[in-house]
Amino acid sequence: MTALAEARLVMRGVHKRFGATAALAGVDLSVAGGEVHALIGENGAGKSTLMKVLAGVHVMDEGTLELDGSGYVPKGPIDARRRGVVMIHQELNLAPHLSAAENIALGEEPRLCWGLINGSRRRDTARDALARLGCESIPIDVPVAQLSVAQQQMVEIARALTREPRVLVMDEPTSSLTRDDVDSLFAVIRRLREQGVSVIYISHFLEECQEICDRYTVLRDGATVTTGSMAEADLSAIIAAMVGRSVEELYPRSQHQMGEVLVTVDDLAGAELPVSASFTLHAGEVAGVFGLVGSGRTEMLRCIYGLASIRHGSVQVAGQPLGRSSPRLCLHHGLGLLSEDRKSEGLMLTQSIADNVALPDLARYARVGMLNNAAMDRGVSAVGERLGVKCQSVQQGIGELSGGNQQKAALARLIHHEAEILLLDEPTRGVDVGSKAAIYALIDQLASEGKAVLVVSSYIPELLGICDRIGVMCKGQLGGLRPRSEWDEHTIMAAAIGQEVRRGQ
Amino acid sequence: MDSKNSRAWLGKALGVLGPFAVLLALIVVLRIAVGESYFSAYNLRAVPLQATIVAISAIGMTMIIVAGGIDLSVGSVIALCGVSAALVLRSDPNASALAIVAALVTGVVAGLVNGAIIAYGRMAPFIVTLGMMGVARGLAKWAGDKQTVDYDSSAWLNELMRTTPDPRWMVVAPGVWLMVILTVLMILFMRHAVFARRLYAIGSNEATAQLCGIRVPSTKLLMYGLAGLFFGLSGALQTARLTQGDPTAAVGLELDVIAAVVIGGASLSGGAGSVLGAVVGALIMTVLRNGTQQLGWESYTQEIIIGLVIVIAVALDRLRQSGLLSWERLSRLVRSQ
Repeated sequence: MTALAEARLVMRGVHKRFGATAALAGVDLSVAGGEVHALIGENGAGKSTLMKVLAGVHVMDEGTLELDGSGYVPKGPIDARRRGVVMIHQELNLAPHLSAAENIALGEEPRLCWGLINGSRRRDTARDALARLGCESIPIDVPVAQLSVAQQQMVEIARALTREPRVLVMDEPTSSLTRDDVDSLFAVIRRLREQGVSVIYISHFLEECQEICDRYTVLRDGATVTTGSMAEADLSAIIAAMVGRSVEELYPRSQHQMGEVLVTVDDLAGAELPVSASFTLHAGEVAGVFGLVGSGRTEMLRCIYGLASIRHGSVQVAGQPLGRSSPRLCLHHGLGLLSEDRKSEGLMLTQSIADNVALPDLARYARVGMLNNAAMDRGVSAVGERLGVKCQSVQQGIGELSGGNQQKAALARLIHHEAEILLLDEPTRGVDVGSKAAIYALIDQLASEGKAVLVVSSYIPELLGICDRIGVMCKGQLGGLRPRSEWDEHTIMAAAIGQEVRRGQ
Repeated sequence: MDSKNSRAWLGKALGVLGPFAVLLALIVVLRIAVGESYFSAYNLRAVPLQATIVAISAIGMTMIIVAGGIDLSVGSVIALCGVSAALVLRSDPNASALAIVAALVTGVVAGLVNGAIIAYGRMAPFIVTLGMMGVARGLAKWAGDKQTVDYDSSAWLNELMRTTPDPRWMVVAPGVWLMVILTVLMILFMRHAVFARRLYAIGSNEATAQLCGIRVPSTKLLMYGLAGLFFGLSGALQTARLTQGDPTAAVGLELDVIAAVVIGGASLSGGAGSVLGAVVGALIMTVLRNGTQQLGWESYTQEIIIGLVIVIAVALDRLRQSGLLSWERLSRLVRSQ
């Protein structure tokens, strides 16, 4: 409790609901001055929502926030920044055509008179901020688009520093960095710690957290599960706290009988990405593809499914070449795609569950073009029950469901279609742990029924947990699918950032 | 769960009944303001007749708006269709059926041209139909040689829109009955047809529709063509009502039609909308127009009122949908007072 006495930031009993979904259901978090605090949790555990509450983007429904011992109720992001709470988002928020100096001063440009900008002060401020990070070498006058991703991230951090942060939130700062860049980022974080800044470090790479953080707090399903000192922490205990069950329970695994080849992809290339992808997918197996953001993993699926144009290469389904692929043709061959983006592509949020699930198969319930709505509801209900979609009825608007149930409904569309080949892009993104377990169980079950499942994911433990074979995509190149036993977290990550290739030379 | 369910049901019922309630309230208010003469036999026949052309066009427009599109060329296309019908009748006053067919074909062709450019040229419907608005109006004037197209008044087409119908037992003009029949058919169509379900899907999320194997471009093309059928019929009825083909008729009608659809609960961002709502929306606007006329108000007052009604109706609907106007919120407000 001594930590609380000198705590810079204290959050108690924070609740936040979005419609039917409880995004936060009782979060306690306390961070001391000069502490690097890891905020750990699965996707959908509520980390981002919590930080948005902290940064004044969302207003919490219940709970108290204290900053340096006094009440803190941010009226909005600008107010939060004024109080010294600064966020660095996962996606870079830089204006690509502006220079580093201009980006760093953006919104708070030093003025001369009549609204004119004091250009030399702006450059001085930028230089100072970058110097504090030990990044004097970054040119401040060229458009940031010409800088490397790591350098851009430093510019972003420098901008945060000019706001004199008391609490700095870093959301997955290493997700697009190479190991060398991660090391220099950590050096910067240590320097900030010495300067007394509180850093909240969000990541699901536990090893990283162990390396840089002093204490940790684990969130699960929107609530604080456990908190403690990182040095004394047991990683497997943290994982168990994150998922709320043991790993064996989360990733069920029955014997899969690998059958005939259902899909053959040969040297597939899209307009830009992928550069080259070749693999085969068998009946009765779960194959996985890992790749970082921008590696071309999603583009590969879109090329196969006919949503993106193919530059060269071929796709064969059950021995037949697809030729000019289209979603319609793929569905006709029993190949279905689950989109990574439920909101903008996967679902029609304003329509009912039944309409969403049955959309590819309306003809099944129609005679002379007219639907039998009751039969359609029955058909969809049956699939919905099998997948455990929690809803009042299938006529309910799909937008009212929680993320996990929405995702189950999106999967229900493929099951309802009786797809033999399922391409799943990030099947558990933004989904609570309970639904995650259900989705993993479903994938396992589908494979043991003899269906072919390809899972594309940016979350390594999930791929190691459910896949029979795994391939890694790096800069548009898909390495061969190899049995899961030949992989671990480190070798997958190394392959994803192309280090394996370098080492081989 | 039960109270939540019934509240959801109530919300849905309000969405359907809302426009009806507004219409009834308007009629009651006008009856009181205007007096006995408001319910005169003539007026009871005139109001539905005045609403017919907007209502039939609004049925077609509902499909387009449900699918996330828009058609600004309705007024011009109606004039063009009306002129083609009149041209047929000028050469043969007995060819009323052919005149209607000519109007329908003209409407479908205009719709297919719009649809083809929108669906295959991947252009914004707003721009394409804005262009068609000018083109169709110009074509109508060219076809009519810059004048109204007169024809022999014996053509039975004119009977369709006579305020006092010829067999008296019909009560209202055949055109009004046509509107009623089309409304019923299209309510069923929008509820049950696979095609209609695809329109809702495209309007709600075009990416999802594509993902689910719907041929989005050809569906859109067909939809604009089908909607053109309704605009063509409106054109024929317009000519019947004026008893001549007028290339300058129906200027600005597209706004009335779009307003009717939106007052009826459709969302301009697509995915929502009902035929019944659109027809009621058309009636609301006609009742307002007719009522203010009966009260002897200046036409500028009418215009102001109708403008306000459109904005208020849509604002209320937005509030209802966003949940800002939900029972929960209202009761919370009341309690906090």
